Amino acid sequence: MISHTGYLVVAAVLFGIGAAGLLIRRNPLVMFMCVELMLNAVNLTFVAFSTALKDVGGQVVVFFVLVVAAAEVVVGLGIIVAIMRRRPGADADDLSLMKG
Amino acid sequence: MLAALSWVQALTFGLASLIVIMGGIGVVAFRNSVHNALSLVATLFGVAVLYVAQGAYFLAAIQVIVYAGAIVVLFLFVIMLLGVDKVESLAKERKTASLLIGSALGAGFAVMLLFAALAGAGRGAPTGAPSVTGVLDNTKDLNNIGEALFTKYVFAFELTSLLLTIAVVGAVVLSRKPSGDPIDLDEFPPVESGTADSEPQEVES
Repeated sequence: MISHTGYLVVAAVLFGIGAAGLLIRRNPLVMFMCVELMLNAVNLTFVAFSTALKDVGGQVVVFFVLVVAAAEVVVGLGIIVAIMRRRPGADADDLSLMKG
Repeated sequence: MLAALSWVQALTFGLASLIVIMGGIGVVAFRNSVHNALSLVATLFGVAVLYVAQGAYFLAAIQVIVYAGAIVVLFLFVIMLLGVDKVESLAKERKTASLLIGSALGAGFAVMLLFAALAGAGRGAPTGAPSVTGVLDNTKDLNNIGEALFTKYVFAFELTSLLLTIAVVGAVVLSRKPSGDPIDLDEFPPVESGTADSEPQEVES
């Protein structure tokens, strides 16, 4: 049986990759994907501790994180579509203003 | 028998972890947005396998259906809709300073988390009383989650339905065709690349 530490290590590396990608990439779509990577790393940590502690709370939290992530992606991609229609090829550097 | 089982478990863990890490690197490193999205699918499937390895069968199914089935398809749909499925120019994307700083900060995050994860490595499983949510029985995780969702977390569960409704309405409102004077034309001159519907419309106000 793999101990929970192995899962925590994988989650830590995945979170680091996601954070680095969020900082490096400029395409808003890819930045969103990196946010999803970080969310998955945290979910993996929750499930690892849920299994190690024999506590269902971690899995319930992961369920809610999944729901909120789905809603977040829908709204975020809607915003990206709205921005890209007005300004094709925009990246994160072009979107520093809080106006259309 | 037990030794064989643990060997299979170790192999599963190793392969799934490799897929997760390689997919994550692919999301960050590939230049083509479609390749990024497909790498994300690999990562999400790997995470689902790791859920199964820990006995979280319900979450693994939800992970595949919601993430790989819905969210990544939405990503791909938006990529195709916007027509950004071409290789980005390296000069625009690659900036050495941000590459260095971003990699350093990401590595720093990972090292901090690894330090925290490995600090308790030699001490066996974590201990503690179960929270108010309840005890997990790995043979019937769906029963446990359902009971917690519809008793202790029923209010939060109902609120998520409201959240999803708001998200759907918000997405419809946001992705309507824009009207009016679009952008600051001095700072961002309009792009004439065959995008007739995105040209600034003449509005006399």
